[in-house]
Amino acid sequence: MLGEQIVKGMAVTARNFFGSYVSKERLTTVQYPEERLVPKENTRQFPFLVYDGDNWEKGLRCVACQICEKECPPKCIYIVKSKDKKPDYKGQPQLYPLTFDIDISVCMSCSICVEVCPFESIKMDTEFELSTDDRFEGLLLHKQELAKPNAHYHKVHAQDAKDSDAVLAAETAKAEAKAKAAAEAKAKAAATPAAPPPTPAG
Amino acid sequence: MSLPFILIASVTLLAAAAAMSLRNLVHCALALTVTFAGLAALYLNLDAQFAGFAQILVYVGAVAILIVFAILLTRSGDTPNQAILAPGWIYGIAISALVFTALGWAVLNSSALPKPAAPAPEATVKNIGEWLMSKYVLPLEVIGLLLTAAMIGAVIIALREMKTKMEGDRP
Amino acid sequence: MSDRIQQVIEAFKHLSLVDKLDQFFVVLKQLVLAGVPEGWQPLVSGLLSVALVLGVFPGVFALITVIERKGLGRIQNRYGPNRVGIPFTKIRLCGFGQFIPDGIKSLTKEDIVPYAADHAVHFLAPIVMLIPVLLAYAVLPFGRNMTIADYDAGLLFFFAVGGAVEVSVFMAGWSSHNKYSLLGAMRAIAQMVSYEIPLILSAVTVVMIVGSLKLTDIVAHQSDYTCGIAHWYVFTPWGLAGCLLFFIAALAESNRCPFDLPEAESEIIAGYFTEYSGFKFALFFLGEYLGMFAIIGLGITLFLGGWTSPVSFLTWIPSYVWFLAKLVAIVFVFIWIRGTLPRLRMDQLMNLAWKFMLPLALINILVAGVWHFMGHDWQRWLVCGAIISGAYIGLGRGLMQNQKLGKRTYRFAE
Ligand code: SF4
Ligand code: SF4
Repeated sequence: MLGEQIVKGMAVTARNFFGSYVSKERLTTVQYPEERLVPKENTRQFPFLVYDGDNWEKGLRCVACQICEKECPPKCIYIVKSKDKKPDYKGQPQLYPLTFDIDISVCMSCSICVEVCPFESIKMDTEFELSTDDRFEGLLLHKQELAKPNAHYHKVHAQDAKDSDAVLAAETAKAEAKAKAAAEAKAKAAATPAAPPPTPAG
Repeated sequence: MSLPFILIASVTLLAAAAAMSLRNLVHCALALTVTFAGLAALYLNLDAQFAGFAQILVYVGAVAILIVFAILLTRSGDTPNQAILAPGWIYGIAISALVFTALGWAVLNSSALPKPAAPAPEATVKNIGEWLMSKYVLPLEVIGLLLTAAMIGAVIIALREMKTKMEGDRP
Repeated sequence: MSDRIQQVIEAFKHLSLVDKLDQFFVVLKQLVLAGVPEGWQPLVSGLLSVALVLGVFPGVFALITVIERKGLGRIQNRYGPNRVGIPFTKIRLCGFGQFIPDGIKSLTKEDIVPYAADHAVHFLAPIVMLIPVLLAYAVLPFGRNMTIADYDAGLLFFFAVGGAVEVSVFMAGWSSHNKYSLLGAMRAIAQMVSYEIPLILSAVTVVMIVGSLKLTDIVAHQSDYTCGIAHWYVFTPWGLAGCLLFFIAALAESNRCPFDLPEAESEIIAGYFTEYSGFKFALFFLGEYLGMFAIIGLGITLFLGGWTSPVSFLTWIPSYVWFLAKLVAIVFVFIWIRGTLPRLRMDQLMNLAWKFMLPLALINILVAGVWHFMGHDWQRWLVCGAIISGAYIGLGRGLMQNQKLGKRTYRFAE
């Protein structure tokens, strides 16, 4: 009969209407600012700069090699190299960035800067609540806003941070071994000044 | 002549003049709608509620829409280039003036006019309905028949067109 | 002058508490009127009533927009708006303050008029829309002694001004110089013209039984009680059929789902008001909702007893509260329908109007005649009920006959 199916349909919607008041399973909405979903392991938003230790200026891993600046597809990184050098995590004197700006209104979160950086110093953050009422200055992040401790990296991407630490540790160990070997060689050379210099093959 | 009457009458006349003289046909039709509404207001001003409401219902609600649809469906929206007045406008005005004087003369000289104005019968909806069903039932029926005939005629014309079109479609 | 005020207050004191509550606004108005000179009274009286309508119904509109969004949300298992409450506080009121930012937003938006539009007509259309809609409220009885203009031909007045809305729809659609606007206007007018016929014919039954076009008379005829149940016309066979027909046609007249072809977002953007923005858009929106309230108000007056209470032991609730409660209840049913039914196709729309509702409305008129002439027998319930249900089943069959229902087959896609 005409209208039968209409009544059935109305019953279904009525069930949904009242059901949404009694059963929590029906309402899948997460009320965002108060309730939050746990972020996924793969979340990647915008880059940040990792520093070791407590001082963000001293501990910055970045050596201003400008590889990321050159590789960034939309060219949203701006780096000014320093004139002087300061020791990096390995104790080697290195350049450091006087200015390091990322315009996140241009950044497309492609993660290429992270991949190309040879010093494990730029990583992706999970922070997404970056809205601001100043769309020019507010979205241009400077060195200080970008610098975040290694502990933060461990918090947002634990596994990646561990891997990255391992890489750095291996490199430090290698450098140390090399330095040691060099020091030993130096000492040997000092002990036997008459000895001929070591051959390149040796 | 009271103030409301003067206001309504001037609006009605202005709209009627606009309906005749505007260039864009749709504007003309809309001005005509204002004229219809003004007439309805005049009826209401005379306390003829039924006639006034029926005027709005039929003319503003139906006839005006019919006119604009006819304009839209039959010609493009471009404004015509010819002059507003037709070439023989002098004759037209002469004839209409003649007709108007004849009618005015007839009305003024009719025997119904000099009678002392009888107390106007109460024109409630109920009275109108009763008169339509008793005293004026024959005119009502005749009009009904006429309208039915017109409608059937329209349907038949439309049907024939459809048939020829369908035959034409066949290979 | 103070004598008259004294009189009014004296008369008010003699009313019972229930009547005091019920007649509060009426007496308030009398009090104000007693304070103004004789010649100004009609003007002041009119202005007061208009102010009341302009205050109450846009307020109801504001609340209904929130209720609609929340209701639709719940039907789809969402929350709907639940954030905005009282501004500058943390009080949320379940989101019922949402209409304030909505209103501010639409009032402050830029008013864009298309370059090719017919500026004068484009400007006038929303105004022409709102005037007849507001005029329609003049004849509705909102409560006991609360009718602004109790015309003899009140029902006719209502339908007459309702017809004027079509002109504004055409003006908006044509003047925008946009194909979607014009298509929307064409659809809207075709739909309004088609559904006006069942709407009026279903109202005619009530006029036949009451013998008057005066809306207060119609309410007065429904205000008796038998065994505590009111004599509403919806409780009679012809009244039930008429009520259903009326509200279906009212749905179509107010362009609401499932009859929302004129403003089908997925097909023609927003129909005839596609090219309107800012305040004018808000006016159209307001006009649409106020028109819906007006037509629901008329339906309540005709079939649901106007401001009377359904059962005799609830008559102490003030009459205007009953009217508003019924209004909100019916609007809620409309929202429920909107959340349930998909949009009709144009041919289905026309078939429903001309092949089902029009014949049923005509048969309903016949049934109302039978009801009237069979006197107060109990048999008339049987006879009238049988005719109506027979016609309903028969016409329903006829409507469904040509539908090719069943599994859908595809020619090219598998
Ligand atoms: S994520 Fe991509 S776009 Fe953003 S700064 Fe790095 S390289 Fe540039
Ligand atoms: S972030 Fe890495 S790639 Fe970029 S300048 Fe610093 S060290 Fe070089």
